[in-house]
Order: sequence, then structure tokens, then C-alpha cells
Amino acid sequence: MMLRSVVSSKLPQISRLSLRVPAIQYSAAASIPAPNTQPEVHFNKIFINNEWHDAVSKKTFPTVNPSTAEVICQVAEGDKADVDKAVKAAKQAFRLGSPWRRMDASHRGLLLNRLADLIERDSAYLAALETLDNGKPYALSYSVDLSVVVKCLRYYAGWADKNHGKTIPIDGDYFCYTRHEPVGVCGQIIPWNFPLLMQAWKLGPALATGNTVVMKVAEQTPLTALYVASLIKEAGFPEGVVNIVPGYGHTAGAAISSHMDIDKVAFTGSTEVGQLIQQAASRNLKKVTLELGGKSPNIILSDANLEDAVEQAHSAVFFNQGQVCCAGSRTYVQEDVYNEFVERSVERAKKRVVGDPFSLQTEQGPQVDEDQFKKVLGYINAGKRDGAKLMCGGGVAADRGYFIQPTIFGEVKDNMTIAREEIFGPVMQILKFKTLEEVIERGNDTQYGLAAAVFTRDIDKAHYISAALRAGTVWVNCYNVCGVQAPFGGYKASGNGREFGEYGLEAYTEVKTVTIKVPPKPTGS
Amino acid sequence: MSLTPGLYTQEGTQSPNQKSSGKISGQIAIDNRGTMTSSKIELPGEVKSDPAALMASLQLMPSPVPDLEIKYTKIFINNEWQTSVSGRTFPVYNPSNGEKICHVQEAEKADTDKAVQAARLAFTLGSVWRRMDASERGRLLDKLADLVERDRTILATLESVNGGKPFLQAFYVDLQGVIKTLRYFAGWADKIHGMTIPVDGDYFTFTKHEPIGVCGQIIPWNFPLLMMAWKIAPALCCGNTVVIKPAEQTPLSSLYMGALIKEAGFPPGVVNILPGYGPTAGAAIAFHMGIDKVAFTGSTEVGKLIQEAAGRSNLKRVTLELGGKSPNIIFADADLDYAVEQAHQGVFFNQGQCCTAGSRVFVEESIYDEFVRKSVERAKRRIVGNPFDPTTEQGPQIDKEQYSKILALIQSGISEGAKLECGGKALGRKGFYIEPTVFSNVKDEMRIAKEEIFGPVQQILKFKTMDEAIERANSTEYGLVAAVFTRDINKAMTVSAAMHAGTVWINCYNALNVQSPFGGFKMSGNGREMGEYGLREYSEVKTITMKIHQKNS
Repeated sequence: MMLRSVVSSKLPQISRLSLRVPAIQYSAAASIPAPNTQPEVHFNKIFINNEWHDAVSKKTFPTVNPSTAEVICQVAEGDKADVDKAVKAAKQAFRLGSPWRRMDASHRGLLLNRLADLIERDSAYLAALETLDNGKPYALSYSVDLSVVVKCLRYYAGWADKNHGKTIPIDGDYFCYTRHEPVGVCGQIIPWNFPLLMQAWKLGPALATGNTVVMKVAEQTPLTALYVASLIKEAGFPEGVVNIVPGYGHTAGAAISSHMDIDKVAFTGSTEVGQLIQQAASRNLKKVTLELGGKSPNIILSDANLEDAVEQAHSAVFFNQGQVCCAGSRTYVQEDVYNEFVERSVERAKKRVVGDPFSLQTEQGPQVDEDQFKKVLGYINAGKRDGAKLMCGGGVAADRGYFIQPTIFGEVKDNMTIAREEIFGPVMQILKFKTLEEVIERGNDTQYGLAAAVFTRDIDKAHYISAALRAGTVWVNCYNVCGVQAPFGGYKASGNGREFGEYGLEAYTEVKTVTIKVPPKPTGS
Repeated sequence: MSLTPGLYTQEGTQSPNQKSSGKISGQIAIDNRGTMTSSKIELPGEVKSDPAALMASLQLMPSPVPDLEIKYTKIFINNEWQTSVSGRTFPVYNPSNGEKICHVQEAEKADTDKAVQAARLAFTLGSVWRRMDASERGRLLDKLADLVERDRTILATLESVNGGKPFLQAFYVDLQGVIKTLRYFAGWADKIHGMTIPVDGDYFTFTKHEPIGVCGQIIPWNFPLLMMAWKIAPALCCGNTVVIKPAEQTPLSSLYMGALIKEAGFPPGVVNILPGYGPTAGAAIAFHMGIDKVAFTGSTEVGKLIQEAAGRSNLKRVTLELGGKSPNIIFADADLDYAVEQAHQGVFFNQGQCCTAGSRVFVEESIYDEFVRKSVERAKRRIVGNPFDPTTEQGPQIDKEQYSKILALIQSGISEGAKLECGGKALGRKGFYIEPTVFSNVKDEMRIAKEEIFGPVQQILKFKTMDEAIERANSTEYGLVAAVFTRDINKAMTVSAAMHAGTVWINCYNALNVQSPFGGFKMSGNGREMGEYGLREYSEVKTITMKIHQKNS
């Protein structure tokens, strides 16, 4: 443990990360440039047709630095009128014969690759801006968020000219083929927990397949997405292909999801809002993909490598201030290792460095805003009230900003609020189980189905549990491993559709079947 | 060593690394959008009749590097330059004047052994190359594309000097194709999916697409760089290591690529380049017990030897892209002027040195005479000359041997009774130039209608009915490509379904793209290159089945 803490204190941001990024495999700490703790804000308006616009209403809203609760700047507040303008631009860019529609698929890929190059060029700045606006530790913004953004764009750049239709041997004298066409104007509504990363997840597949986009960024974290807009223009995307409207969900977001000229809406956020979006979409039956909440079980069997499991389970729930949809927030531990596991987890949580996100030692920054801060504290109180055992943390971690102590509850029961609802904060629930059958049933006993994990050395148990869990992603002996090449999405109320991987193209593709009458087939073919 | 371009005067003063500007977007290739070879060679931009305007437009065009120094003439193994074990070298020539450019180290069996050893080591379990993320292999290929783009002018100059092809074609067609090929396969590297498979019983089964291992690749002289890209890009994308032999006529651009491969950051031993001859280095590759797969592009005759060698040694996997005698069928309802131009480019492109050459043009009876007349007119206008001259459409044949073979086949056409409409002889100047030649009244049994000429010689045949054209077109040992020109959708569909050929073009010719597969039916080869299909030839599929305790759907 001694060696471990030495390593940890040197490389806190690296050694505990489970998102696999090359920066982590090599010695990343040295390669993280010193942060500019006061990055200048260059863009705070609405981005339509590759130009900057004030809101039609002239309204603005403040965006806040969660470390200090101070206003960073005002941002143009888009609502329905601005969404209308953006949709018009996107529709125009998508018209038959437009530069975007006539562009070679491989050239769309080239543009995405260029965008990746530009983001790579400005990584340090973007990482600092992300930290300023969101509160996540700069070392992670840089080595995780930015690195995965670049990978994501490059990955989808490669798909642009590889989204194959088929030719199909149908009965009769017909020649039949499918064309994979873009869906059209795509509305995309993204959250504040990974502002840049969610933007890339949404843009990569949409642009690779030739759609145009109207994107609403979260009102808490609009700044980095707007900077990326300037890079989209610089990369050479034609005007109107990407339009970005900062604003609120109930105004701009609602305008997108109910818009008659938007062909598809993609949303990442809460299950509650996901339901609203699905309802609004029914107006014109636009296609809907949703990536929503979770209450993901992380199952630790007694034969697992305990030290590794403790560390992985810790990162699984505390990573990104606990603001992760796939957070492993129900840690099920087998009875005979339960006490040791809890003890070690508490030890680990107490060592977690909470503080200034620009410090390279910091593992945990503030929650994103006051709402979230209060909501998380409310859940902690609910845990105490319901009789869970508070093992550590449980309070505010600083006298200003939205910092919360790493918190662990033991003796958590399945029916407690903290075991059923998504907390989205640095709060770990550790539950006890006896048998495989029991833990599968309890693991699945939730409205959610985003992710799950199992830690064991036993190959049969690993397969059995991974097959049995009702979740879109299952990790075995690892957690939060989200390769851009592998699909991600939810069962049940955790959403529908898949992002990432080849599967991620489906949501942005309309399949057209073309059948041509042909003369009788020559014999033998 | 230096190369002094014969014709370059004014343009020679331009920067050697001049990149194509946005203005050079015109029509030198089929278009500027990446089609890999050309069926319509025109100068970029509008045609300028006023000489001053023409000169002004030329200033915008890339021009060859003057006095290009040849830097790389050795064998490339383990990212290092090595001399041949035997100490031997061989001369490399400029086909436009027959003069020697330089000597190159001559790889033979002993050098092949060294290269294979390096490639095997690079492929060892746990090696840097084997442990590398697939996406990182893609990044390396992308970097290589960046470097080729950077040195595009140098490479196009080498290609033109050593291969005799017009510089602008090398720049726009060959180099464009190289860059696009590398970028395309860069994108595939982390998208080569295995499957999980619902087998019967309590098992979990999945497949992994693994690299085959050490791949021997033997490439021809007609598109030296492009063929190298076609070969190495899918091989590296899938994670193989490579021992590649460029043609003895044209090793220079491939060796330059060796330097770029090293600069891009490929680990030592991943790509090894052996300049040398077929019977020595080529045979050593085909017979080598340490090579897991051989890919060959070249003649059908040599293709058979390669297949045999693979069978006699270690049953290495074989893919072959061989010769053709491709039919190009023109119906009376086609847009005639367009069809004439396409058919002309279809056979004359790259001095006729294309495996895809449309060297049997079947024309419907009612338009036959007019088609012949217009084709002859077009062929007579074809500008043959110094490859560095920007107006040149056709350079010299690659070497004396090809030159003599083509002239002999032309003679056979004359003596077998075909009507020589134009051309038919050498140009009468230094270098291996042959006049654009057109034969009419060609009969199916004539040698010029059966054998691959690989030169600027067009055969025009007459047909009456579609069924007849189909039967005659298919009556060949080859099956590489075919084309049909018609406005009638039913004829287009019927002919394209009936052709025994790996590629069929409808109202176009030589429309090769990185995204679509290419390869031959029958004796034109086996396997497919390019597109997703191209990955199959460089992957071994491993099925992994695991007993599990209880299966659930």
C-alpha cells in the first residue's frame, strides 16, 4: 500500500483512471501542459450558418464557474426563434444538390479528421476552458476528455466512406439494392457532464453519415462547444451543416424536440427529460435516440483480486465527481469479503484529493452547479434517514464552490432511495449479497439498464453474469472502458439506440431500398 | 546522380514542393474527386487557346522537381538501408530517352531471407507492432499519407522519370490514388470486426480477425507507387508485416516510400523493400517457408508460377491480380462522342499499360463506321511526347522489351488481316515511344483480339445483337473488367449481369475507387483488392469457442 500511495500521489489523475487513453499508457503526467487557469472566452453567441448571432430576443444567461460560484460570462440565450433560424440553415445545407450533399463521403471524413487536428492543436486551451466551466480536474479534461474527443472524431472520419448499403437477391426479375442515406436535420441535445465529449459523440456519427445538425448545449457548460464551433468553421464544413444554440431545455430544447422540420433528435441526459423528448417527438414522429440515466450494479465476487476491485469500484463511482451516467453506484459485494471491501474502500475514499480542479494533484472538483450540489446533499441525507451506515464523507468539502466530500454508505438496502435513484454525485453505496442468483436478480431489479460490471477470476461466473445482466454494456474485471469502437447505450429506461462503434451509424442512417425491374435473368446467375 | 528534365524551362523554376492549390481541381483525373485512374485526361481548368493564357494557367500547375537527386537506391530492411549480400547492383533507366538513371542494390534470395527474418521478428507475439492499438496502426497510415502529400511532387517526378508516365498524370492520378488508398485503409484499422456467434449448445463462440503474418508482395511497373499503396495499406491496416518487391524497372519511388515509412514511425521490420528481379527475389518470396501470404500483381503467366510456388512450399495464401483482355461494349443508343472518348481513354490511358485496358471495343453494327472514324480522329490527336511536357497525353512504353513486344503484336494484326486505321509504328525518336494505333475489322480469333498487348493499340470489333456481344465478350480466358455504353437501363442491367468479369462499368471506364473491390474472374486472378473485401485477403479468421456453464439468449 505504501508504494501504491506514492505512485498515487505522483500520478493521481493517471493511476486511477479506467477510461483507456493512450496518454495514460505512456507517461502522461509529463505530457500534460501547465494549465492556463484563466482561459479567455472567445465565443459566447449562437452559431448558425458558420456565423455568430445574438439571440433573437437579445436575452443572455450567465455561465458560472462551479469552483467559485462566480459568473464567467454571459452567453446568448437561444430559444424557439433561434432554433427556427438554425433549423432553416440546417435544412438549407441539406437540400438536394447542396455542397454538403454532393460532397464525396471520403471528403466528409477528411473534414472530420481536420476538425480532430484542430481540436488536438487547441487541446490545452479547450481542456482549461472545460475545467473552468464544468469544474472537472484539468488533468482529466486534458488526458481523458480531449483525448477521447479526438479519437472519436477520427474514428467516425474513417466510417464516412464505409457505410455500405447492400445489393439483395430478391425473388423475381428485379435488381434490388439499398442506399444508406443521411436522415436529414438532426437535433442533438447534450448534457453538462462531458460537454466536449458528448458533442463529439453526437457530431462524429451525424456528420460522417452526411446529416446536418442543430445542437443545443447545456446551459451550465456552453463555452467549449462554442469554441469547437469556430473550429468547425475553420475545418471547412459548409455553412449550415452544424448549428449550435446555447440555451435552456424547456425553451430551446423543447423547440428542437417538437420541431416539425427536424428529422431526428438525439438526447443525452436524465430519464425524466428523455420521456418528455420522446413525447414531443411524436408530433412529427421524428426518430429518437436517448442515452439516459443509470443505477449500474458493480458486482464483486469473493474470488476477485480485491485490491484491484476496490480501486476500480472507487473510480467507477467517483470518476468525474460522480457525474457519470454509467457510474457504478450500486456496488454489490459478496458476503465473505464485504467487511474488508468496505474498509478498504473507505480508506481509499478518504485519500481522494478534492480541491482546485486546476491543480494537477486534484482528483475531484466541484459538482457542476448549485442545483446538483443541493440534490446530491439531499440524497446523502436520505441515505442517513433511511438507515444506511455513513462510513465517510457526507458533507460539504469547501466553504465556497460546490465541493462535496467523497461519501460512502455501507449496509445499504435495495429499497433505500440511494439504492434506487441516480445520485450523480460522489456517493458510493455498498450492498451485500450471498449467491450469484440473488445478485443477478437484485442487480437487474431497477428501471435502468445502462451498464454493469462483474469482478471475478472465474471464467464461468464471468460469462454467466455478463449474459444475465440486463444492461447495454457489461464490463468484466474493469469499469468505464468506453472504446470509441464499441457501442454504448441502454436497456429499459436507460434509453434507446446505441452510440459509438459501427452501431452508432444506424441512428443517423435512413435505409432506402431501390428495386429496378430488369429483363429476365440469364440462366445460371 | 541527377535527372535533367529535357523539356522543362520556365516551369522548372517553381518550388519543388509546390502543392496542388485549390485551383488545380479540374479534370486531369476523371474528376478531382478521387477516381483512381483516368478515362478522361484533360488539363486542369478550361482549355486555353491563347498561348499566353495557357502559359499563365500552367503556372498554377505543379511541375516536376528539376535535377532531382536520387537518394534511395538500397535495400530497405528493418528501417535501415542495406547493400545486397551478393554486392550486385542493377541499372535503372529513364524510358523517355533510354538513359541510365542510377544503379540500385540487387536483392536476391539471401536478401529476401534477411527481410523475412526482420518481418518475422516484427510480427513476434508481444512485439511493438502486435501490441499496438488498431487505431494507432490507422494513425500511422494516416501519417504516411500526410508525408506522401508533402512529397507529392518529388514522388510524381520519380514516377514520371522512372516509369515514363506523364508527370501531371502521375501527380493527379497516381499520387492522388496513393494518398486516398492510405487514408481509406487508415480508417479501417479499428473497424475490422469479428463476430460473436450463437452456436448450438452451452458454448460461447466468437471470431477474431487476426493478421496473417508476413506478407510477400510483388508489384508491377505500370503503377509503381499506386500498386505499392494497394498492397501495403490493407496489409498494414490488418496488422501484418510486409516484404515487398517492386519491379526491377521501377524501384525508385518504392524506395523513397521506404524513407517515408520510417519517418511516419512504423516499427523496424514492419515493411521491408527488396528491389530485384522476378526469377531471383520474386521466386524467393513465392517459395519462402517463412512467408505466410503472397500477393502478386502482374502477368497471368507469372501468376501461375507464383501459385505453383506457393503450393510447392508452404501453402501460403495467394492473391493474384493478373492480366485482362477487357471488352468494352458500345451500343448504338449510347452518347457516341462520349463513348468514343471513354473507349479511347479506356485503352490508351497510361500508354496502354493497364491490366484493365478496354482492348476489345465491341461496337454495334449501325454505328460502327462512325465510331471507327471518330476513334481514329481522336487517336491522331493524341499528344505523344516528353512526360514532363504538361500537354503530353502519352509517354514512352516502359522498356525495350515491352516496346518490341507491342510492335510485334501490331505486325501480327496487320498480317492477320485487321485494318490498320492509324499509327502502327515507333515514333522515330529516342526512347520507347509508339504511335497511338487503331485497328478496325478485327476478328475474335486474331492474336490482337486474344492476347494482352499492354500498349497503345485499340481493337475495334463489330457486333449485331446483344446476345452475340455478350457471348463474344465472355469468350476469353480473362475476366478482369468489362464495360457497356448504352442509355437503355435494361441493356445495361442485362450486360452487366452477364459479364464474367470482376468489375463492370456502365457508361464509364476505369472508374476505380478505393472504396470498391477490384479483382478478376477466371485467369485474371483471384481475390479482391480495395474496399472492405480487400481486408479479407489480409486476415485470418480465428474461431474461439469456450465451454460455458449455462447458455442464455
